[in-house]
Amino acid sequence: MIEVKNLYKSYGRADNIIALKGVSFTVNDGEIFGVIGPDGAGKTSLFRILASLILPDSGSAIMNGHDVVKDYKTIRQIIGYMPGRFSLYQDLSVEENLKFFATLFGTTIEENYHLIKDIYRQIEPFKNRRAGALSGGMKQKLALSCALIHKPEILILDEPTTGVDPVSRKEFWDMLARLKEQGLIILVSTAYMDEAGRCDRIALIKEGEFIATDTPQGIIDNYSGVLWAVQGSRMSVILHELRAHHLIKSSFAFGDKIHITVDEGLQAEELKQYLINKNFEDVNVFPIEPTVEDCFMALTN
Amino acid sequence: MRFSENLPVKQKDFKMKQFIAFVNKEFLHIIRDNRTLLIIIGIPIVEILLFGFAINMEVQNIKVAFYDPTPDSVTQGISERIKQNPYFSNMGNAQSMDEMEEAMRKGKLDLAVVYQQNFQENLVHSGQAAVQLLANSSDPNRGSIAATYASAIIAGYQRDNMDLVQIPFQIQTENRMIYNPLMKSSYMFVPGIMGLVLMIICTIMTSVSIVREKERGTMEVLLASPLKHGTMVFAKTIPYMVISFIDFIIILLLSYFVLGVPVNGSLILLFLVALIYISLTLTYGLTVSTLVDKQVNAVIFSAITAMIPVLMLSGMIFPIDNMPGVLRSLSVIVPARWFIEAVRKVMIQGQGFFMIWKELLIMIGMTLFLLLLTVANTKKRLE
Amino acid sequence: MRKKVIEVSNLTKKFGNFTAVDHITFDVDEGEIFGFLGANGAGKTTAMQMLCGISMPTAGEGRVAGYDIIKENELIKRNIGYMSQKFSLYEDLKVWENIRLFGGIYGLSEKEIADKTDELLKRLDFEQERDTLVKYLPLGWKQKLAFSVAIFHEPKIVFLDEPTGGVDPAMRRQFWEMIYDAADRGITVFVTTHYMDEAEYCNRVSIMVDGHIEALDSPAALRQQFNTDSMDEVFRKLARKAERF
Repeated sequence: MIEVKNLYKSYGRADNIIALKGVSFTVNDGEIFGVIGPDGAGKTSLFRILASLILPDSGSAIMNGHDVVKDYKTIRQIIGYMPGRFSLYQDLSVEENLKFFATLFGTTIEENYHLIKDIYRQIEPFKNRRAGALSGGMKQKLALSCALIHKPEILILDEPTTGVDPVSRKEFWDMLARLKEQGLIILVSTAYMDEAGRCDRIALIKEGEFIATDTPQGIIDNYSGVLWAVQGSRMSVILHELRAHHLIKSSFAFGDKIHITVDEGLQAEELKQYLINKNFEDVNVFPIEPTVEDCFMALTN
Repeated sequence: MRFSENLPVKQKDFKMKQFIAFVNKEFLHIIRDNRTLLIIIGIPIVEILLFGFAINMEVQNIKVAFYDPTPDSVTQGISERIKQNPYFSNMGNAQSMDEMEEAMRKGKLDLAVVYQQNFQENLVHSGQAAVQLLANSSDPNRGSIAATYASAIIAGYQRDNMDLVQIPFQIQTENRMIYNPLMKSSYMFVPGIMGLVLMIICTIMTSVSIVREKERGTMEVLLASPLKHGTMVFAKTIPYMVISFIDFIIILLLSYFVLGVPVNGSLILLFLVALIYISLTLTYGLTVSTLVDKQVNAVIFSAITAMIPVLMLSGMIFPIDNMPGVLRSLSVIVPARWFIEAVRKVMIQGQGFFMIWKELLIMIGMTLFLLLLTVANTKKRLE
Repeated sequence: MRKKVIEVSNLTKKFGNFTAVDHITFDVDEGEIFGFLGANGAGKTTAMQMLCGISMPTAGEGRVAGYDIIKENELIKRNIGYMSQKFSLYEDLKVWENIRLFGGIYGLSEKEIADKTDELLKRLDFEQERDTLVKYLPLGWKQKLAFSVAIFHEPKIVFLDEPTGGVDPAMRRQFWEMIYDAADRGITVFVTTHYMDEAEYCNRVSIMVDGHIEALDSPAALRQQFNTDSMDEVFRKLARKAERF
């Protein structure tokens, strides 16, 4: 169990860069908790405080009963931490890295092989290759193996999927789901909104503040606006047209559709006809369920 | 089921394993990086050969003449010594100063030795007698070296004839290579090269290897682990200590076999001096690593605060006695100064422990001071 | 028919016995937004380096912006813009200093730079940030500025390497609207991304697997071809074929 209360953190000569503005949340045992927000929102500062690597200006964080400031030595025993940037030794081989980190935590690869088997097996054929020569997805797997090898109680993963391709990203989340079953608490941050669904609960973070904390579905259920999708060819021109419409509050491209939030008064058929009249014959307008990204944009607008 | 799972981890055993794993890792880093390896092994060889051959500070075939208005046994003794020295070739005695100046102007002379009148008499009665060494400065380097050689010979004569009388010679040039009877310049710089190479290996390499972990982000992972900072730092120094000793031995072997510099004193004492100096420079490397965050800065910082003082202020190239007062005082805090002095005493002069305890004590004191500074500066967090 | 600004055939790059890019052939039209997708390690970066004239192909040939990628690579550099997520602007320089620097690198005169700087800052609504150090700008702003700087000298093509990684959702869309504007002005946009929704914004996308281009078409056509309704799925189906890591 993690209990975070009112964390504040600022940097800079005059403490003028505020990274965290009073963040509070709890994470239950066996939960994957996602902190989701753009770069610079304060995710890394938060995770570094939890990993006992930096001190908060005020507030407290208790992880499985240990204070991240006072009991930092215990904290460092019970966490597995993976920083945002690939932080293994590039000039050491896959196996040498893993062995080194195992020894660092007073264990051996053999002793905890069962914990990492699932992940490590995929990179084991390359165990003599230097870590620097691995592809992005493989590096993430190795880093995760190294963070897991000492059987941590809490896994802290700072943007593990940044810069990783969609396939490797999906595989990575599948691995986290299986790890969760072993009872670990997993804290993970990401800038990819589409990964929210893989978490049990998420916090949306923007400019050092949690703007919502809930299950992904809870966040979606709380969406208050009316959301429609507009589909058709000549998307960028439609977008300009929609922006000009006075009953449409926002319109943003979402893949092959445009998501719009509209005034209660407007009917979908009515808008469709309006667009057809503007020579967008193949256009289609229909209500949709918001995604977490829609929620984030609604909450930050 | 493994037994170990039921046993509590022995704390001491665990720390030792961490330590060994870390030392092992450091060696791997060094071995994997061919360029570093080349530098580490190449530096002492290149330096020795560079200083030994390319920068030949030796001057041979110095044409010397004497002006001795009132010859006596002391002046003749001194002249004889100079004449016998293989670096000098005797051009004879001049009858007047004019003749001497004429020869010098024509380039027939490198050095003129001019005794004052009634040299021995003055020496006996007033305890003072002056001999002037006039060096031909058309080649300033050659001239000053010639004068230095000659003054060293005179000093040697003085030493050997102490019983004669206390003779404070008035010599208008500097007196350098007192303990280098063959006047071989390699004797001068072998201790200097040792000081320089060990400084480079220990200070630069150690600080860079720690700062690299900060720069590449691996320090973040290490900090988030149960590894004690002290264990890490100590483990970091081990490979460089080993390499330093290898380099030290390479220099000793090269200077003995290639440059013909003997080890006159105790070899064990020499290694003790090296051990203390290596500890000092390693500690300085650790101090540097607590002050900077980028590898480039570590190199620049080490170079400015460690290497340049070794070259300029340690007595390696420029004799400390010749320095202006400010620089001379500054040289006191240069670790290499004490190391070079101790090595010269042991290696060249063959002196024993009781002649170098002061140097050793100063170096140990410096090490402890830097260690305290490092500990005070060490952070157990990222900021 | 539209003019081709990138035409390459059988472009190959080997490192030792490893073939990073294996005989790729494709072309890109003027004013097109071309998405260059692929898994990590598929060879995208190497291919892009060859197109930009900073890496010599082992085999194959091609023309970029009308110049030969082997013989005229210096001319290519003058006619393209480049921006990546990793490096775009100097963090320790002010906004206007960055603009002046890159304008200067591409040989614009002082006067041109001054006029265009004012115009650019006005268009981005950035005037009050003129004297701000780049490191103090939020990432999204930084990327928008970096893109503007990359096309400051009106290049024929702009190469964008994961320009929106980690950028906030609204900003990411504003960024794409800037890309559309540039394309409307006739600047060809060659872009890599890991956001599959962004693949949809491209006119055509190519997907690289193990050094080959495995698919190349409009997003709609690709979805149809792979019998799915998301680009994510198209990508996954193709990338699953990958054998190398």
